[in-house]
Amino acid sequence: MTVATHALSRRRGDCMVTVHTRSFGITARVHVRAVAVTTMLSAAALAVFVWSLTIGDFPIGLADVIATLRGTGTSEHEFIVRTLRLPRGLTGLAVGAAFGLSGAIFQRLANNQLASPDIIGVNAGAAVAAVFAIVVVHASGPAVTAAALVGATVTAIATYLLAYRRGVTGYRLILVGIGVAAVLNALVQYFLTRAEIYDAQQAVVWLTGSLNGRSWDDLRPIAVTLAVVTPIVIVVARQLRALELGDDAARGLGVRVERSRAVLLLAGVALAAVATAAAGPIGFVALIAPQITRQLVGGRSLGLLPAAAGGALLVVAADLVARRIFAPTELPVGVVTAVLGAPYLLYLIARSSRGLTRG
Amino acid sequence: MTIAVADAVARRPSVRSRAWTRSVGLLAAIVLLAAVTACSLAYGAKAMPLQTVWDAFTEFDPQNNDHLIVRSLRVPRTIIGLLVGAALGLAGAVMQGVTRNPLADPALLGIEAGASLAVVAGISAFNIGSLSGYVWFAFAGAAAASAVVYGLSSFGHRRSTPLKLALAGTAVAALLSSLTSAVLLLDVTTLDQFRFWVVGSLAGRDDAIIWDVIPFIAVGAVLSVGVGSGLNTLALGDDIARGLGQRVAVIRAVSAFAVVLLCGAATAAAGPIAFVGLTVPHVARAICGPDYRWILPWSMVLAPTLLLGADVIGRLVARPGELQVGIVTAIIGAPFFIALVRRRHLVEL
Repeated sequence: MTVATHALSRRRGDCMVTVHTRSFGITARVHVRAVAVTTMLSAAALAVFVWSLTIGDFPIGLADVIATLRGTGTSEHEFIVRTLRLPRGLTGLAVGAAFGLSGAIFQRLANNQLASPDIIGVNAGAAVAAVFAIVVVHASGPAVTAAALVGATVTAIATYLLAYRRGVTGYRLILVGIGVAAVLNALVQYFLTRAEIYDAQQAVVWLTGSLNGRSWDDLRPIAVTLAVVTPIVIVVARQLRALELGDDAARGLGVRVERSRAVLLLAGVALAAVATAAAGPIGFVALIAPQITRQLVGGRSLGLLPAAAGGALLVVAADLVARRIFAPTELPVGVVTAVLGAPYLLYLIARSSRGLTRG
Repeated sequence: MTIAVADAVARRPSVRSRAWTRSVGLLAAIVLLAAVTACSLAYGAKAMPLQTVWDAFTEFDPQNNDHLIVRSLRVPRTIIGLLVGAALGLAGAVMQGVTRNPLADPALLGIEAGASLAVVAGISAFNIGSLSGYVWFAFAGAAAASAVVYGLSSFGHRRSTPLKLALAGTAVAALLSSLTSAVLLLDVTTLDQFRFWVVGSLAGRDDAIIWDVIPFIAVGAVLSVGVGSGLNTLALGDDIARGLGQRVAVIRAVSAFAVVLLCGAATAAAGPIAFVGLTVPHVARAICGPDYRWILPWSMVLAPTLLLGADVIGRLVARPGELQVGIVTAIIGAPFFIALVRRRHLVEL
């Protein structure tokens, strides 16, 4: 295995390392700072996750939690940690990673920092289909996930086509997405008025984005999706950088532009949809996680894995706050992410002059 | 000087025919509104001939069920529709004029979300049951939200662009509505009342609400029609408006006050209703040109037509239940919004 550092890129303050493994014939360029940021954020997310296992209405010491995880705890700790807190925490990590990754993909594809699935209505599409499945068809489990997937895909395609006018500019995509999301939210409200009050309250919790009461059954679809989609995204994303040069230049470099873009778009939609099915449309995670991590990493990295790690950290931390701030009453995690995310979006709007209106 | 120019302009034949369109067209629009009002009185879960509706007013018979339906259910509902529609149309037109932004709408900019949050907080925290109590909360919420949205979007190196205003509105609306749902989740009885109100509906409103909101809507309407010529000069840009001797700050302040009155009263009466304030002023502008002295009255007539029309459609398509009017206006209005942003140059007004 040989490792070469690029002197040229180091001079720009960006350290790229080429890792070449002779036995497999694989060459990978690794962005050192991105790796460092990803590791740090993942470690922080993991720490918050473990901490979240210890606190609650029934506090359990760290040593007991670790003992329980290793299978040597008492039976009541076993129940609280393994059945209640562990699936919830893991779902939070997975959902956050999925939203972060999805947001990074969308923002890169549209070349616009605001084009994330929660702004352009993809999450709303997943939500409307899921609410329809829950309230009208009385479906549950995998059927809801499938409905969310269909809803998000249809919404993404519809938004793209509606914004298409001799090409798609980022800003038209965002505004069309706001319009599409308005219709979808109206439909969600309509389904709510048709529901029984108990169902309606469940649906309101879910629509705000909540990790309350997540079980292993909720975790499975999102975990499988992440495991399948992430490697595909990483392979295809190598071509993202070429896409940013413009379609013609990318084509000249041998990238099959339409195919790569379609694969990435589908991956982004699938991640957002399955995450929405698992925990509801948690707002602003897909918007802010990629942006903050991109600032940490610096402009030249693709920032997909850092965004995933940042999203995971954001969701588990926000969920911890949501659980404890008005304890014993729990808020949905979406309230906390909105309280954090909306001011950040407003700050972006206030700060930017040209960045937002650029195609 | 203005008079001389206006005189010269008025002598041009195309402009004269436009003046004809404006005034006679407005009469036609009022006739259309009357027709929609009649439909609103006649159609519903139980359709009845117009003769019966007429009899309910002229020869009221307390034993007759149809007469009772008309007088106690459909009349209040229709009056609220007329009031709320007029308020939203005027508010939208004034907002588009004062922000010079074609995407301005009371709901899209989060003003109705502000009113909703304040109302819900009021119901939940202070146990306010009567409408006259929560109108004031709606005003406070609407005022705070509009100040935040406009303040933030006009911040920065350039003045507010349509995109910035729309995004700032989306962000504020998202924040406020998730806070609203936080309040609702802690309080099931409030949720049960609120979930019908939040969709934007004219159904099941109390007669008392009419008398509560009429004064506010009347004051708001007078103020906004009065500010029409001021909005015309504002459309030339602040500097020119100032050069023409207009007190720009006064125009803006009066407009903002009118918008808060109109939006707060409309939201308190019917819940948040989107896209009426967005679409109607554009239709009015397409018919009568960029003169706000005409856009405002046209909006005041066309908006209730749209709102009552949407309400009648909502009653007819989902019989014997109904589709809330806010859902119908979103389904009609959002395609219009999308068509608007698809235009190549999203011009500033």
